[in-house]
Amino acid sequence: MRNKTEVIVVGGGPAGISAAITVARAGKKVVLIERGSYSGSKNVFGGAIYVQPTKEIFPNFEESAPLERKTVSHKYILRTETKTVSVDYMAREDASNSYSVIRSKFDRWMAQEAQKEGVVLVTETFVKELLVKENKVVGVKTELEEYFADIVILADGVNSLLAKQIGLRKEIKPKDVALGVKEVIKLGKDKIEERFNLKDGEGAVYEIFGDPMLGMLGLGYVYTNKETISIGIGISLDELAKRKLKPYEILDGIKSHPSFSPLVKDGELVEYSAHLIPEGGYKKLPKLYSHGVLVVGDSAMLVNNIHWEGTNLAMISGKLAGETAIIALDKNDFSANTLALYQKKLEKSFIIKDLKTYKNVMDIVHDRAKSFLGYYPNKIADFFHMFTAVDSIPKREKYHRFIASIFTDRSISELVKDGFAFLKIVLGVLK
Amino acid sequence: MTDKEKKQSSIDDKLFKVKYVSDEESHLKPDAVQCLVCKSKVCTYICPANVYEWDEENKRLIIGYENCLECGACRIACEKKCIEWAYPKGTKGVTFKHG
Repeated sequence: MRNKTEVIVVGGGPAGISAAITVARAGKKVVLIERGSYSGSKNVFGGAIYVQPTKEIFPNFEESAPLERKTVSHKYILRTETKTVSVDYMAREDASNSYSVIRSKFDRWMAQEAQKEGVVLVTETFVKELLVKENKVVGVKTELEEYFADIVILADGVNSLLAKQIGLRKEIKPKDVALGVKEVIKLGKDKIEERFNLKDGEGAVYEIFGDPMLGMLGLGYVYTNKETISIGIGISLDELAKRKLKPYEILDGIKSHPSFSPLVKDGELVEYSAHLIPEGGYKKLPKLYSHGVLVVGDSAMLVNNIHWEGTNLAMISGKLAGETAIIALDKNDFSANTLALYQKKLEKSFIIKDLKTYKNVMDIVHDRAKSFLGYYPNKIADFFHMFTAVDSIPKREKYHRFIASIFTDRSISELVKDGFAFLKIVLGVLK
Repeated sequence: MTDKEKKQSSIDDKLFKVKYVSDEESHLKPDAVQCLVCKSKVCTYICPANVYEWDEENKRLIIGYENCLECGACRIACEKKCIEWAYPKGTKGVTFKHG
């Protein structure tokens, strides 16, 4: 048949590329379709890629991939309107766990590597819909043509209108996604290394809790690149809708905090971007396979938002889908029954295990956002204010007053609820 | 500059840095009848590119689809679930260089 191949992968991000290269390495025919003019041109993340999972797909990537900075420092910052409490974890000597990258360079590099190994990459092509025949996915329909394949792998991203078309996923609810907006600001190598306390080529990751999102389900971040820094926020879409907030105004608030503005001083805005992050976790996973089709990466909502992991879940899910496709091709059986192997592989891997570990966390945090992300951060800042103040008040009196304040500004029932919610999270994670 | 003007200029500066190739036709199609009765008009503040503006005089949405960052937030947040939302054609839309 004309226009027929063994595997079509829709979407040339980390999940799609990993799936395609896995299939190609087994000598099977695979076409990777990307709607942008190159891989990475429609993608946005923080962000950093992780060394170990990336090596599973590209064992020698550190030799030739376009990497920005090797992460040596993680800083966790808690902010109220005027104060900052932070913890800085620095491991300069240890081998690094991650690198900051710029997706338009890194994804493009991955796609080029995939091409070298036999993946046929088709760019600037938008898949409008899946072709379904007798309840089986048999191919895709682009703006110009119909292409057929034994298996279609959906890596079309968080909105995955294709998974929705065939009923594998329901419509996303605002509380199950976060909106990410980001600015890339040019500071130059010297300023970055000076301001972030880095040596040549080293990178830092800042995670910002609180102001201007005090009491909200949202976080801010900074990643350092070679010549630029990436500053962004991720905030629950539900939170934005309820509070009638404009995402870019929150981003401006991240930058203008008194503890932060010196870091971005004299920087030049290079780019502004936005993207959704699937945050529903285990409970909101769609159906991951059906006759002739597998779903990977963001399309399958595979994100561990507690640990800021997404690209690694994307790559490994892509690889597992690729391995499943190879077995199905060898058996010449593309039924859901055979493709169910993909789900089994995911369940055995860290992907589903981790999502299960945190399956209740988002519900609880949604419920207690005001206290966990508002009241307690304020209280921690108050503690340091009290602890550092030299004001001729006897210390014991100050401690007693601080402890008493917790019971006066919060009702006992709220404190009990907070305590139970906290315990539920801890026990849920550790059991 | 007033506070409002400052905020407007801040988002304009941001959008000015984004590379787009715009199509002649909008890929975002809200149902105008639903928009009339929509209370929250959530699209007018949730969109990171300020694509939607409510024209009170003519009782309709003005859609600056050329600025769309293709995130999908409006589609999911729309209280009437009435935005017919598609990605732009293969050669159109936003190109991120620093994503």
